[in-house]
Amino acid sequence: MTENQELEGEFFINGDVACAEGAISAGCRFFAGYPITPATEVAERMSTRLPQVGGVYVQMEDELASMSAVLGASWGGVKAMTSTSGPGFSLMMENLGLGVMLETPCVLVNIQRAAPSTGLPTMVGQGDMMQARWGSHGSYEIIALAPTSPQDIFDLTITAFNLSEKYRVPVLIMSDEVVGHMSEKVIMPRVAQEALIERRRPDVGPEEYLPYRADGDLVPPMAMAGEGYHFHVTGLTHDERGYPVMTAEAQDILVRRLVDKIRLNRHDIIKYKEVQVEDADIIVCAYGVSVRIAQSAVRMARDEGIRAGLLHLVTIWPFAEERIRELSLQAKAFVVPEINYGQIVLEVERCAGGRARAILVPHMGGSVHSPQTILEAIREAAQ
Amino acid sequence: MNDGLNVENHSIERYLRLDRLPHIWCAGCGIGIAVGCFLRAIDRANIDPDKISLVSGIGCTGRVAGYVKLDSFHTTHGRAIPFATGLVLANPELNVVVFSGDGDLAAIGGNHLIHAARRNIDMTVICVNNFNYGMTGGQVGPTAPLEARTSTTPYGNFEPAFNLPYLMSASGATYVARWTVLHARQLERAIAEAMTKPGFSFIEVISPCPVVYGRMNKEPKGLDSMHFYQEKSVIRNGADPKDADIELNGPILVGKFIDETRPTLRDRLCQVSAKAQEKVKAKV
Repeated sequence: MTENQELEGEFFINGDVACAEGAISAGCRFFAGYPITPATEVAERMSTRLPQVGGVYVQMEDELASMSAVLGASWGGVKAMTSTSGPGFSLMMENLGLGVMLETPCVLVNIQRAAPSTGLPTMVGQGDMMQARWGSHGSYEIIALAPTSPQDIFDLTITAFNLSEKYRVPVLIMSDEVVGHMSEKVIMPRVAQEALIERRRPDVGPEEYLPYRADGDLVPPMAMAGEGYHFHVTGLTHDERGYPVMTAEAQDILVRRLVDKIRLNRHDIIKYKEVQVEDADIIVCAYGVSVRIAQSAVRMARDEGIRAGLLHLVTIWPFAEERIRELSLQAKAFVVPEINYGQIVLEVERCAGGRARAILVPHMGGSVHSPQTILEAIREAAQ
Repeated sequence: MNDGLNVENHSIERYLRLDRLPHIWCAGCGIGIAVGCFLRAIDRANIDPDKISLVSGIGCTGRVAGYVKLDSFHTTHGRAIPFATGLVLANPELNVVVFSGDGDLAAIGGNHLIHAARRNIDMTVICVNNFNYGMTGGQVGPTAPLEARTSTTPYGNFEPAFNLPYLMSASGATYVARWTVLHARQLERAIAEAMTKPGFSFIEVISPCPVVYGRMNKEPKGLDSMHFYQEKSVIRNGADPKDADIELNGPILVGKFIDETRPTLRDRLCQVSAKAQEKVKAKV
């Protein structure tokens, strides 16, 4: 353990626990949540660990309250997180929108299960990917990351906090039940203070401070409650002062900036990994637990002489559209395995723009694809 | 001692965003008086304004956050209390006040209201009750008296109303009071008391809504509507909140009903931290 009681070393833990430890290593000191399978272990771990590291864990009365409390804690000056699954994710959409509008750094973890509605509470799904993008009302951009293993969720939780602090936006970790519940070796390094990004603070006094004046990177510096800035923030359309302004002009300026601060910084935000795509005719495009199965399928296809490759989407939103556009010039087809009936495949199809086919390999949830299912789709695409 | 009526030296100006005036509230509305009482209470209780966070939900009273020159948060409908919960728990130095309406706090936010009281979290909730949803044009609310006319109860309200002081005391609030807006001195004192008292405090402020609710229920107009409520009030400090039901055109029980002490959420969280850290030390 470090002097701050952050864990250091090698551990055999599940993805939910790794997520909680990643948050603590990132400096998260507030968690508000509501029990829900299969995300409960994140909350349980936080309830044990946060009091040890001087943080606060609180179980709220529902997910509406959990998300609101996370926003409040962030404005109170603390890195804050919540975790949930589908039904709770739906309830969190309301205050996710407020988080976007107030530009509040925080992290929301969704350990996805099969849906709609209560669905299969203990079994895997990836059906909330479009909800992650569009779930709260209005035009906005969000950041969402999809981990593939306990180690990956540990690392990506730290990344999520860094991105949320840097861009003042809620960051979603779109994991799934299999990653959340599988136990593997996780190496927790000592995370150097320099590796952690903290929200930019105002460099002017209260008299000159405007809560929503942003410069080049479009991200305004953030004052915290209790520092004497006497700022006002609102979910209404507002100007640089944070004051409500009910005009189309103010709406245009604000919404453009909220969206552009993510879109124009996409090259910094978007991460993906590639395996054998250099000469690939068929590219499997996968995320989350499906990446692990896709790896086997690609290997099997190569053994059969098919030039297959893998595009592993780490960042789901904003979408890696430029890379897919480039790859569509070389590949015949993208094969997209998803534990839903077609969501990210629509984005792939849009970016491929008719230059390459986008073939969905759907799975309605409750288990993961077999490598053979994906292999068959690769074979068909190669013909 | 601060004199709220001294016009030459207007004590609350420094707490107002004068550049946002005029406000949106109708003539005869009581919310402005409640805000004035709150701002004077800051000085009365000698609270550092830098440390105050004011959180509002949505609705007419929800607009309070936008007019005060304090750290102020205009949040989502019903969620002022959980947002405030995050603030309180993140920074114990903050003095957090939730200022919102009856519909926001007791209908869409009702679950949060009772749980905040149960937790006895350090927070003062000022609930302006005008018996209806004013901003959307006067629909029935959870506090509208039986038989009251609203834009959605054209034949009279057919649902019983919440008795908020009773609800709050049953849920565990350690300070519960109710005043009308014309009891300005008592209200100011109550807010000052609540803000300096640890734990969860709830103050219901009965306020006229002459333009919608008042007109539909044939209440007097303008200033007379305030007198109307004041004259119907019966001051009984220490009264059992069970008796605080409000009936259409009936008497309004006002006063300080509950003033108790029990451990706050912060107290209990400190114990949890101490236990957790002891365990870590024992392991190391």
